[in-house]
Amino acid sequence: MSAQGAGSRAPRRARGPRRFAALVRKEVRQILRDPSSLLIAFALPLVLLFLFGYGVSLDATRNRVGLVVESSTPVAQDLAAAFRASRYFEVMSGRDRRAFEEDLVRGRIRGILVIPADFAADMASGAAASVQGPSARGPSMQVIVDGSDPNTAGFVQNYARGVVETWARQRAAEAAPRAPAITVERRFWFNPELASRNFLVPGSIAIVMTLVGTLLTSLVVAREWERGTMEAMMATPVSAAELLAGKILPYFVLGLASMTLCVLLAVLVFDVPFRGSAAALYAVSASFLMPALGQGLLISAATKNQFLASQLALLSGFLPAFLLSGFLFEIDSMPRPIQWITAIVPARYLIPCLQTVFLAGDVWPMFLRAMATMLLIGAVLFLLAARSTRKRIG
Amino acid sequence: MAEIVRMSGLTKRFGGAAPALDAVSGSVAAGEITGLVGPDGAGKTTLIRLMTGLMAPEGGELEVFGLDARRAAAAIQADIGYMPQRFGLYEDLTVRENLDLYADLRGLPRAERPEAFGRLLAFTGLEPFAARLAGKLSGGMKQKLGLACALLRKPRLLLLDEPGVGVDPISRRDLWSMVRGLAGEGVGVVWSTAYLDEAEACDRVLLLDRGRLLFTGRPSELTGRVAGRVFKVSGVEGRRRPVLARALDEPGIVDGVIQGEAIRLVVASGRDAGAVPAAVAAPPARVQPAPPRFEDAYVDLLGGGPGGRSRLAEATAARPGSGDGPGDRPVIEARGLTKRFGDFTAARDITFAIPRGQIFGLLGPNGAGKSTTFKMLCGLLRPTGGEGRIAGFDLRRDGAAARNRLGYMAQKFSLYGDLSVAQNLAFFAGAYGLGGRLRRERTALMTEIFDLAPHAGMSAKLLPLGLKQRLALACAVMHEPEALFLDEPTSGVDPITRREFWTHINGLVEKGVTVLVTTHFMDEAEYCDRIALIDRGRAIALGSPDELKARVADAANPDPSMEDAFVALVRDAGREGAA
Amino acid sequence: MMAWIRLRALILKELLAILRDPRSRVILIGPPIVQLMVFSFAATLEVRNADLLILNRDAGYWGQELVHRLDGAPTFRSIRPVDGPAALRAGIDRQEAIAAIQIGSGFSRDLAAGNAADLQIILDGRRSNAAQIVAGYLDGIVEGLAADAAQVAAPHAGPASAAVRVVPRNWFNPNLTFQWFMVPNLVAAIAMLIGLVVTALSIARERELGTFDQLMVSPLRTHEILIGKVIPPMLIGSFHITVYVLAALFVFGVPLRGSLLLLYGSAVFYLLAVVGLGLFISALAATQQQAILGAFLFMVPGMLLSGFATPIENMPGWLQAVTLVNPLRYFLVVVRGVFLKDLPVGEAVANTAPLLLIACVTLGAAAWLFRRRLE
Repeated sequence: MSAQGAGSRAPRRARGPRRFAALVRKEVRQILRDPSSLLIAFALPLVLLFLFGYGVSLDATRNRVGLVVESSTPVAQDLAAAFRASRYFEVMSGRDRRAFEEDLVRGRIRGILVIPADFAADMASGAAASVQGPSARGPSMQVIVDGSDPNTAGFVQNYARGVVETWARQRAAEAAPRAPAITVERRFWFNPELASRNFLVPGSIAIVMTLVGTLLTSLVVAREWERGTMEAMMATPVSAAELLAGKILPYFVLGLASMTLCVLLAVLVFDVPFRGSAAALYAVSASFLMPALGQGLLISAATKNQFLASQLALLSGFLPAFLLSGFLFEIDSMPRPIQWITAIVPARYLIPCLQTVFLAGDVWPMFLRAMATMLLIGAVLFLLAARSTRKRIG
Repeated sequence: MAEIVRMSGLTKRFGGAAPALDAVSGSVAAGEITGLVGPDGAGKTTLIRLMTGLMAPEGGELEVFGLDARRAAAAIQADIGYMPQRFGLYEDLTVRENLDLYADLRGLPRAERPEAFGRLLAFTGLEPFAARLAGKLSGGMKQKLGLACALLRKPRLLLLDEPGVGVDPISRRDLWSMVRGLAGEGVGVVWSTAYLDEAEACDRVLLLDRGRLLFTGRPSELTGRVAGRVFKVSGVEGRRRPVLARALDEPGIVDGVIQGEAIRLVVASGRDAGAVPAAVAAPPARVQPAPPRFEDAYVDLLGGGPGGRSRLAEATAARPGSGDGPGDRPVIEARGLTKRFGDFTAARDITFAIPRGQIFGLLGPNGAGKSTTFKMLCGLLRPTGGEGRIAGFDLRRDGAAARNRLGYMAQKFSLYGDLSVAQNLAFFAGAYGLGGRLRRERTALMTEIFDLAPHAGMSAKLLPLGLKQRLALACAVMHEPEALFLDEPTSGVDPITRREFWTHINGLVEKGVTVLVTTHFMDEAEYCDRIALIDRGRAIALGSPDELKARVADAANPDPSMEDAFVALVRDAGREGAA
Repeated sequence: MMAWIRLRALILKELLAILRDPRSRVILIGPPIVQLMVFSFAATLEVRNADLLILNRDAGYWGQELVHRLDGAPTFRSIRPVDGPAALRAGIDRQEAIAAIQIGSGFSRDLAAGNAADLQIILDGRRSNAAQIVAGYLDGIVEGLAADAAQVAAPHAGPASAAVRVVPRNWFNPNLTFQWFMVPNLVAAIAMLIGLVVTALSIARERELGTFDQLMVSPLRTHEILIGKVIPPMLIGSFHITVYVLAALFVFGVPLRGSLLLLYGSAVFYLLAVVGLGLFISALAATQQQAILGAFLFMVPGMLLSGFATPIENMPGWLQAVTLVNPLRYFLVVVRGVFLKDLPVGEAVANTAPLLLIACVTLGAAAWLFRRRLE
């Protein structure tokens, strides 16, 4: 023992960085040793990206529908053929709509397209009738959709309308070539092929960072409280700021690493374009991790219990990032009070930035504003977390 | 010696409850071991936390190194070593990594590390395990590692919160000599404990009870108060437990415990010291004066232990065939029990049989296979070879039938903390298949016997340890088991509660219940009829406490204690194993 | 009899252990209600309150008329005129608007002359889903304008072809109310969320607290312990389902066209499958942290591969095959069907049978793991 006498006491000020490094090293070792944290940081992102990249999409592109042609006239058959040729529909034909009604109830088909018996006759008289005024009855067809899924129902209606219009226009052009009144030129900027993967993949990166920043961090810190290691740490010369920073840095890096993996996969495997700069990507991601980590620390300091921490992180971190961030659902379409709530969801600022950095390029004015907001939220959360992690127990 | 901690009128309260510390005054001197002694809930942990500066006192003054603990917490923390009750180790870091971490946090210069680590690892005997995860160490090794971490830079004040809990006698001796050495170098040590043999070894004690200071001074001062009042009764004819029970009900006797074949009694002050023991122990029993211990004085200070009556035993029907008549089938049997984990053999060919109405002790160093054997015998682990039987039922084939006949009480308080006392009782009654009227009767009886009614609605986790322990016993005996398995049953419990507990156990044993107990505390081992000493997976000694003691007696130590026997036997076995 | 007493004690204990702690009670009851309220209003794929940019270079009537009509459309919250392509570009870049309309300088003139008039619509492809929906709305408005312009330009000429009217009929949900879709979905999702976490934690928690040994030395048999662990989360799950069903009926006014009996019948098997999964995770996990993260690792793909927000038939074939093991997928069909469609019994059974199969597999695997860990 004697070798450790008072003579070896060096000035204490120089020790801060080394203490900090030790805390970080400890945290890194723990991360590397627990398979569950690595699973969340690296396996879950893979699964998410894989799902969004390869399979899951919001667009209803292949809708199975029943097509009932009640008339065998060439006109009706021609329209039916147009439906069969459409890439949006997978058509099952029949003569009687009742045959399909059960399928609709069972969810086997998304809609029933009915070309009525008098379609051809109305078509023939249509031109004449319309002369008498706009109120006259023209040919019509019915589109019955399964309203229990309004989103898909809307798509089916729109696609059906599109098919009918194109068909009618072609017929008209064959009969009497004449340019339509307004040529609408539609341009989808940034994502002309309208691949929903292109916006879902950047969005899911935000989810992944929320998981690492908030869920994982809150669990890990709550575990230290539960196991009593926090108490042992606090009785050492480590300051509360060092303790918190020692937790933040490793998860900050883990969050960025996880994000980097996602971006590489998105670009190299899923061919999502990346038009912005890496600098912008890391700047917005780093700004986002501040509130995410702050939230995790605050939750764990407030609960000191893993079960509660996980539930709170789920409720206040993961679900809002999924549902209140504009990832899947448009914020503008939500009721006013809920829009107010979204204002404090950090992911809502990150997701548009990520989508932009991938698809549009660097739009700094937008990034800077989002970063400032996220850092502000982060600062508030850190302040609260530091207040509840003062070096005092009880 | 210089005072490094000075407290006066220290008070701390949590919420509206009774104060955790109530106007405590005292001091800790450099170069001494100061024992912080008292049962659970006495305020030991709170006092230590106040000294670390992790908690602020409400009233009174606390100075550490002459600094106000309220204001100068950071300066104090730079010079203390603290080992909390729950180790404070990172279980998923290795021994070496834990040391590294604390070395960095305490600012141990890198150049001094190899030497310091080497010494601490050698000192703690952890050298061979430096690369092992801390979570995979045994309880004793964890405590030693915790101590090593607290000692990385020699502190001026070392605070140890119950370092002796769950540690075997050999490790405990090691811990003591480590700490003793430090004190010799001028470090002030605070050692908190509920065990009075540890308190006796301290230079000075602060005796706490429910937040109040009962005594402060040298242990011998207190022990001196019972000098001449302590006796050992040996050579009792027939069973000694009923004799003790009768003795404890004598008004002139304040305390009594079983000590192997003998009984140890403390006579109340003011009584005729010679006449009282003689009144209980009829010849041929011999009564000899015995040297007083701190524990005797402590119990005396608190006004004596509980009486010798066990309401639990009285309410229990006697089991026929009690006694050790020939042909009586043993209640607990281990036949060649072996357990392998991979290529590591945790228990090898362990055989013993416990007849009805006996207490059998399993002793051994941490990690030696004691728990493994215990777990195989109550069905928690499946043996790799051999078999275990309870009341004749093979644990493997008739597991449920065998389990129905055993009661189990674990060292870690393992009742449902979120359930209330009454709900715990109801659950265990149900789990053992007691239904309807029977359940109501038994739970009512247990509530009455253990005086649980005032706490019936309280969550079990909020109970003080003594009550938890009563509740655990109530839950374990609710279904009137033939065999009772006790895994370090009184760890951390105060002596009064411990006596009450053993009064019940002794009473039950007289009614024909068979008990298997593991313990690290030698005064508990003394209650056993027979003991198996397990080391490195083998049973290295089997016999009554007195037989084991006799085996190690020599000229230098003609009357060895149980702890001496334990240490010597394990060391001898180690030497043979090495040879 | 004995077995029943033991089981009853176990189930009661399990429920009390979850519900007696005020904090976990709050966690089990508070958040699901908040979720129901927030998410059923928030989770809408409709587009409302969209912002538009307009670059109108046309000085004539029809340009003004188009702006006017867009202004009157309920979908759009604000319509901001911009003065040049640069401003337009910046506005879209910064997501100040989801779409921009560029009206050419000859727009009115061309229309009046009966010529094809050019109109450009620029949409933010970063939000392709919403952008497509907005494009649909815009098309409707532009078409209407074109028809009126044609009438004015040549009142007697008649349209080039008979316009075929498409008459939409929305069965089961005539106004395509989004909450009618969302709330039944949430009924199924919440039961999974809660059931999975509560079950996954149950064994891991007892292991960490040491009470698990206490259970194992009691005469309770392995299968009894498993049943005791399965029933309480199922009861809690049923409670949540009931709360959500009541809220669906009385708060959100979702019609109930099928039989509740069918719903609950199917729910039993759904919960069994979910709890089986939770138990499997629990038996696998060594610590609470692992149990929580394990539950998560299943839950996220589970939500995505259920048909909740993303139709299964749009997934590639191999992924559709993966969804076959997801209990949520089947129960969603039943819940939506019972609420809105009066789902026939046969169909409910067809979607419940796989749940039973999943439950058998997961519970069997959990029991096996559970026994193995005793070694």
